[in-house]
Amino acid sequence: MPHDDHDHPHALLPPEPALRVKALETILTRKGLIDPAALDEIIDTYQNRIGPQNGARVVAKAWSDPEFRAALLEDATPVVAGLGYYGRQGEHIVVVENTPAQHNMVVCTLCSCYPWPLLGIPPGWYKSDAYRARAVREPRKVLAEFGVTLAEGTSVRVWDSTAEIRYLILPMRPEGTEGLTEDELAALVTRDSMIGTGLPKVPA
Amino acid sequence: MTRVHDMGGRFGDGPVNPEPEDAPVFAEDWHARALAVTLAAGFLGQWNLDISRHARERLSPKDYMRFSYYEKWLAGLTDLLVERGVLSLDDLRGAGEDSPHPLADRKLKAEAVSGALAKGGPADRPSNIAARFAVGQMVVTSRPTSNRLVEGGHTRLPIYAAGAKGRILRLHGAHVLPDSNAHDLGEAPEPIYAVAFPASELWASPEHPDDEVVMDLWQSYLEPA
Repeated sequence: MPHDDHDHPHALLPPEPALRVKALETILTRKGLIDPAALDEIIDTYQNRIGPQNGARVVAKAWSDPEFRAALLEDATPVVAGLGYYGRQGEHIVVVENTPAQHNMVVCTLCSCYPWPLLGIPPGWYKSDAYRARAVREPRKVLAEFGVTLAEGTSVRVWDSTAEIRYLILPMRPEGTEGLTEDELAALVTRDSMIGTGLPKVPA
Repeated sequence: MTRVHDMGGRFGDGPVNPEPEDAPVFAEDWHARALAVTLAAGFLGQWNLDISRHARERLSPKDYMRFSYYEKWLAGLTDLLVERGVLSLDDLRGAGEDSPHPLADRKLKAEAVSGALAKGGPADRPSNIAARFAVGQMVVTSRPTSNRLVEGGHTRLPIYAAGAKGRILRLHGAHVLPDSNAHDLGEAPEPIYAVAFPASELWASPEHPDDEVVMDLWQSYLEPA
């Protein structure tokens, strides 16, 4: 039943990937199975509308509003849905916070699970063999490749996204940000800081 | 035993090369197209997420390793379209018919895209299987890791965690069991937990004695420790 036959239908399409996808799109369109305008719409959604700016807004709000932060850490899914962030690959959200004692980072060793409504489509490195293979075994070496060194006494907890729960890291609020508005705070929140492979920017 | 996608802990991959935060979402135009075709074809309703993941995982190791990320998506999609009877091999050869397809009325239309993506596909379900473990309880994972319903089938317990002892961190409720759902055997929902494993339980030379790895694991992957 796992279909390990070696008659691979995919080998019948052109080998060059751009031509392969074009061929498949053409076949499916001619049969009335896909609408090229719908493909444009999907691409526009993830290229322009849904991305790390969503997660940054959640983080900035959590830094600014203790009640929101508490609710977010308790049960994030309805809380982020309340900001309009729900949908494909973000149906079950858990937010975990970094503290001086514990740094968190997220990986999907088995594929590329990632909280799309909050962070968009994962970057290439997140989907790379090197990150998938190494983040669980040597997270500190991986962090060093991102330029991150943790304080002594900080433990690392790596979240391997093996199911449909999607994780967002709540980074520590940088020092010197008292008095900043939520919008100003959101501008400090990097994508990588919400995956746990980076830290927020420090105000200039 | 395992498949090639199950690479957690593997040696030899070299450094991670992070691209800048402002790099394009899609490095190539065809990456965007591959993602969109895959999503749109999924809305034809001929498979579920677990089936599509398994289609990528069971690419031959040779193909899996030589294909880039979106090439895996395309190959998995193409294989599924044929296996599920949506397209024929002749269609792929360019020798098929262009007459309207019986599934054409399920086509995802442009105006339905934002609603369909926003709706998502939650995996939580009511289940009559009681939660067997409490937060803080010690558990041990199955060993060997394997789909127990279908030989060589889809499963979500990584091989690096086989037979490892961990601690229940939280109960997520009951979710669809991929081992069943990937093989048209029903959703078979059961309790699922976040389980924390000390790095020393997983690796011969952990980087730090206090480090941990957390995985989300279904109840049937676990026994009391």
